Amino acid sequence: MSDKNWPLWEVFVRSKNGLEHRHFGSLHAADADMALENARDVYTRRNEGVSIWVVESKYITASNPENNGELFEPAQDKVYRHPTFYDLPDEVKHM
Amino acid sequence: MNKELYQYILGIADNSLILGQRLGELCGHGPTLETDIACTNISLDLFGQVRSYFQYAAKIAGDGRTEDDIAMLRKEREYVNVLLVEQPNTNFAYTIAKQFLFDVYHLAFLKELMKSTDLTLSAIANKCIKEVSYHERFSSDWLIRLGDGTEESREKIQEAINDLWLYTDELFHMTDADTKIVEDGIGVDLTLLKDVYYQNVSQVLEQATLDTPDLKYFHKGGKQGIHTEHLGYLLADLQYMQKTYPNMNW
Repeated sequence: MSDKNWPLWEVFVRSKNGLEHRHFGSLHAADADMALENARDVYTRRNEGVSIWVVESKYITASNPENNGELFEPAQDKVYRHPTFYDLPDEVKHM
Repeated sequence: MNKELYQYILGIADNSLILGQRLGELCGHGPTLETDIACTNISLDLFGQVRSYFQYAAKIAGDGRTEDDIAMLRKEREYVNVLLVEQPNTNFAYTIAKQFLFDVYHLAFLKELMKSTDLTLSAIANKCIKEVSYHERFSSDWLIRLGDGTEESREKIQEAINDLWLYTDELFHMTDADTKIVEDGIGVDLTLLKDVYYQNVSQVLEQATLDTPDLKYFHKGGKQGIHTEHLGYLLADLQYMQKTYPNMNW
């Protein structure tokens, strides 16, 4: 191989109809078509999926772990934001 | 025992067996992790198909031989695969060119085999055709990428196509077993696949900006058990365990 690496892609797989796509991992590919085929071979060869999304990793904007304090810590002591303080009627099954 | 049918099945299965073994050589040696896994996946698809064929062949033979015996314990001259599939990997261009030249044939062949009056064979063909459609898509895509890629990749894939072209004509040769089995309404008349094959191949070659070789002379002999020097080495690998530890199981 040349020293030029193919770009990195993130792979999302829907494991069955009705479920959401989940992040499965990443791989290298020259373009979107190759990324899909590679994803098929690398991540769905044991019958894991019914649908694949690929997106080039550079298009994902990630939060910076350094900012975790301001981003996430304020939520830690606000348990009342969970809808667990209500009495649910028995008829409501999926909450 | 229906000797012709047995021989006919070996003819189909040996192509997949030997090509599968060749691809398996790339396990851990593919040019990238992703293509490595893709090639070994295809190899495993082919071995799966081979199992179905040899299980059926063992049933027809009815002499106690198993699918493994048929796969592992024949002598070189008893393998009847076409010469194309035993050619070495040489480089990734050769691996892709060989795969592509076989896949286009394999797909056309299975489409016809699905119509066989032999229900086992048509069922196997039905199951294999989805796998082989993917193989053909994979090898065509790569052929186009390499052909329409850099100057170096184009040169390499053109060289591989030119070299392997010599072995394409044999795909359509009819053996005595072929002729008999076609007469029985079970087999595929290979001569009818030839024109469409070369049309389909040329179409992809054109897309890949590659030249279609113009040859008058071709190699043959694999279907009669007369192989190139490469098959012996391949079989030495394939049969090593059974030759060293006869009847070994795991």
